[in-house]
Amino acid sequence: MKIHIRGGRLVDPAQDIDAPTDVFIAAGKVVALGTAPDGFHANRVVDARGQVVAPGLIDLCARLREPGQEYRATLESEMAAAVAGGVTSLACPPDTDPVLDEPGLVEMLKHRARMLNLAHVYPHGALTVGLKGERLTEMGELTDAGCIAFSQANSSVDNSQVLFRAMQYAATFGYTVWLQPTDPHLAAGGVAHDGEIAARLGLVGIPVLAETLAIGRLLQLARSTGCKLHLTRISSRAGLMLIDQARLDGMQVSCDVAIHALHLCDVDIGYFDPQCRTVPPLRAQFDREALRAALADGRIDALCSDHTPVDDDAKQVPFAEAEPGTTGLELLLPLTLAWAREMQLPLSLALARITSDAARVLGLDAGHLRVGSAADVCIFDPEAPLRITRESLRSQGKNTPWLGREVLGRVSATLVSGQVVYEAPAAR
Amino acid sequence: MSLPDAEALLAGLAEQMRPHVTPDTALVGLHTGGVWVAQRLHAQLGLTQPPGALDVSFYRDDYAQRGLARDTRSSSLPFDVEGRHLVLVDDVLHTGRTVRAALNELFDYGRPQRVELAVLIDRGGRQLPVAPTYCATRYMPPDGQRVKLAQEDDRLLLRLAPDTE
Amino acid sequence: MARNPQLNKHGELQHLLTTEGLPRDVITRILDTAEPFAGVAEREVKKVPLLRGKSVFNLFFENSTRTRTTFEIAAKRLSADVINLNIATSSTNKGETLLDTVDNLAAMQADMFVVRHASSGAPYLIAQHLEATGRDHIHVVNAGDGRHAHPTQGLLDMYTIRHYKRDFTQLSVAIVGDILHSRVARSQIHALTTLGVPDLRAIAPKTLLPHDIERLGCRVFNDMREGLRDVDVVMMLRLQNERMQGSLLPSAQEYFKFFGLTEDKLALARPDAIVLHPGPMNRGVEIDSAVADGRQAVILPQVTFGIAVRMAVMAMLGGGNA
Repeated sequence: MKIHIRGGRLVDPAQDIDAPTDVFIAAGKVVALGTAPDGFHANRVVDARGQVVAPGLIDLCARLREPGQEYRATLESEMAAAVAGGVTSLACPPDTDPVLDEPGLVEMLKHRARMLNLAHVYPHGALTVGLKGERLTEMGELTDAGCIAFSQANSSVDNSQVLFRAMQYAATFGYTVWLQPTDPHLAAGGVAHDGEIAARLGLVGIPVLAETLAIGRLLQLARSTGCKLHLTRISSRAGLMLIDQARLDGMQVSCDVAIHALHLCDVDIGYFDPQCRTVPPLRAQFDREALRAALADGRIDALCSDHTPVDDDAKQVPFAEAEPGTTGLELLLPLTLAWAREMQLPLSLALARITSDAARVLGLDAGHLRVGSAADVCIFDPEAPLRITRESLRSQGKNTPWLGREVLGRVSATLVSGQVVYEAPAAR
Repeated sequence: MSLPDAEALLAGLAEQMRPHVTPDTALVGLHTGGVWVAQRLHAQLGLTQPPGALDVSFYRDDYAQRGLARDTRSSSLPFDVEGRHLVLVDDVLHTGRTVRAALNELFDYGRPQRVELAVLIDRGGRQLPVAPTYCATRYMPPDGQRVKLAQEDDRLLLRLAPDTE
Repeated sequence: MARNPQLNKHGELQHLLTTEGLPRDVITRILDTAEPFAGVAEREVKKVPLLRGKSVFNLFFENSTRTRTTFEIAAKRLSADVINLNIATSSTNKGETLLDTVDNLAAMQADMFVVRHASSGAPYLIAQHLEATGRDHIHVVNAGDGRHAHPTQGLLDMYTIRHYKRDFTQLSVAIVGDILHSRVARSQIHALTTLGVPDLRAIAPKTLLPHDIERLGCRVFNDMREGLRDVDVVMMLRLQNERMQGSLLPSAQEYFKFFGLTEDKLALARPDAIVLHPGPMNRGVEIDSAVADGRQAVILPQVTFGIAVRMAVMAMLGGGNA
């Protein structure tokens, strides 16, 4: 299959390209940019006039709910959502049921994903068995089965000796440990940022201290063990300052932020909107502003959607009983564009955070369209309005505060390994 | 037909009632105008029992349509209702619904021996089988208007106001 | 963002969910309306026919015989049919969701739900669900949700203060105790600030104060003696048994020593200061018996006024639907 993407504006942050450039694809790879190679006869021409042609998006954290929670979402529905959102690679946390702590489960997931032939799936293996924070998993075997990092999903490792050893062990092989920094005791029972809003609404608060204390602990453990650490879903300005300081001290540490945390804060909980219940919680307005700025200047490496499909029954309950999480795969692109527009950032910088930077964090050779690389492509119109409705979302999770709202940035086609896996329905 | 003089009506009403009341008779004014009239009648008739006041808001039959009136006041009957001769006093008698509500409220305080009704003006338009025992005059306000009692410097006077019913 | 869900499009009370955001004139109107209802209890027939033929469902997802009884008496004095559902021990244990329960009861021609729930915001969920399903003729009264609000308690406290002190704009008021976990305190704070109290104080150990409590309009005192100085009103809060010892407080005895209201501490307030308590009291924990039974306590009048205030709220909600 040879494809000619014609007439588009190629924005490839990794190559510093932002110019009208045709893309030529053969045998699943990019074979030329600009001018067709000699003797190239396209089987298919994709008309990209008026569109942006970019590397397929990479999502650092998306829950697919398989295995174990297929009533919430299936690999089919969520992979369809991914490519509809222009996401061609995604990392998934290990909090499935059963937990991704055995090589067989990882192989099965990778196999199921390959059979679907949609986006590439990169599982995170569990750092400890059952995410219980007690025993180490077979990290080597899990890596051979396809895991690219080790994580505790939204859990923590309470026992510092276990965590110290887990990080030592991971460092032995150079594996990255991927943790969401929250002190479980300070966050116990908490459902919202511990501030004025939680005080007013009578919601149990999660103090910023729960994040800073955990970050301090993880940074020290990483420094001591030499383990590669990625801190996922930073939520506070104070947390960011600790990471800044560690970097000034010469530490290698990466971090990301969830896309909804760039746009929402605790005020958006309004009258107990359960769609605004997230882990970590939406924090204060000044935290949100700090996250937006830090992502712009690169102190936050990349973005993730933190895609978490939750069924209606688990959201149509009082706020504190609602299951946290928002659906995000299909909102990652438009909400990233919105952030960049509001911050007056160039498109290529915005795309870097969900392509090349995300790939660097994951340690993948992806997120660019260099000649010879896999032809994972996202073609979109950054100005096209997109109305978020239950019907428009392909994900089985309809849980998002953006439901019923309009965003800008509509994917028109997605290619994975040189195959068109998604095309937007023709505009009516 | 010109608007009658409230003070003249009041004097006439007192004269009608005088032969029929005893010092033990109690007047019960209906908020708001009826309370003023009852206070004046009380003085003119030389009754011993202080006049009572009823706000029938809790007994109105239009609650389901209009909700609770904004300026509901406390009802107060500063005497024992049981076995007593009572005269309900109102300024204007129209549909009879207020009197119905007042009778219902009255009986939640006890069982009076006899209840009569005194009004300054009967303007017709009854929707319930209610008739005044004592009535100073009949008066029909022009279309779209209603007659309203006011009190200024201890004097009662009648006015016309747009009928918003 | 949705409009304030407790007011209808004319700005009238549709549900009573919280005292926060209630316009001052709505609060004042509730208090004014409660006055004539207070007289109803003194009559031969302690009942008025306003809610005759209406069904009030007491939906108690959390047990509270005391609160439920006051709502029951209020509804019955308005002639409503009252149905008590103690859901803490019934259907939700069988897997029925909160909204399933509401749908079922709405299908039984409910006119009003009085809701008590352990989760903050549960009555909002119910009110929003009723509106979303076109049943906004059913009114919701919050009888206490989690730590969030207990508006009728807050309003009956306002009624009590107004009864004894008349003018809110000259008062110093202290709220003392477990403010962190207290829905009563939140409802009091919003009502007091709305009614114009210029000096509102929160007295508690740091472990029992919510983050950013000052933003709600109170001054924080960790020293009770300092906080009580020259106040006109002392509003005590109940300390739940399970919080008397553990990581919030070392013991009930120590709490009483530093934050219990005793005669000598009360002597620092104005001589005519009144003492309120939402009940039930823990004597010897948050309040000394000598104060609870003393001349400055208005705790029993609070209970009486509470019936009138709840009648006023239900009567204001229940009419004018046609």
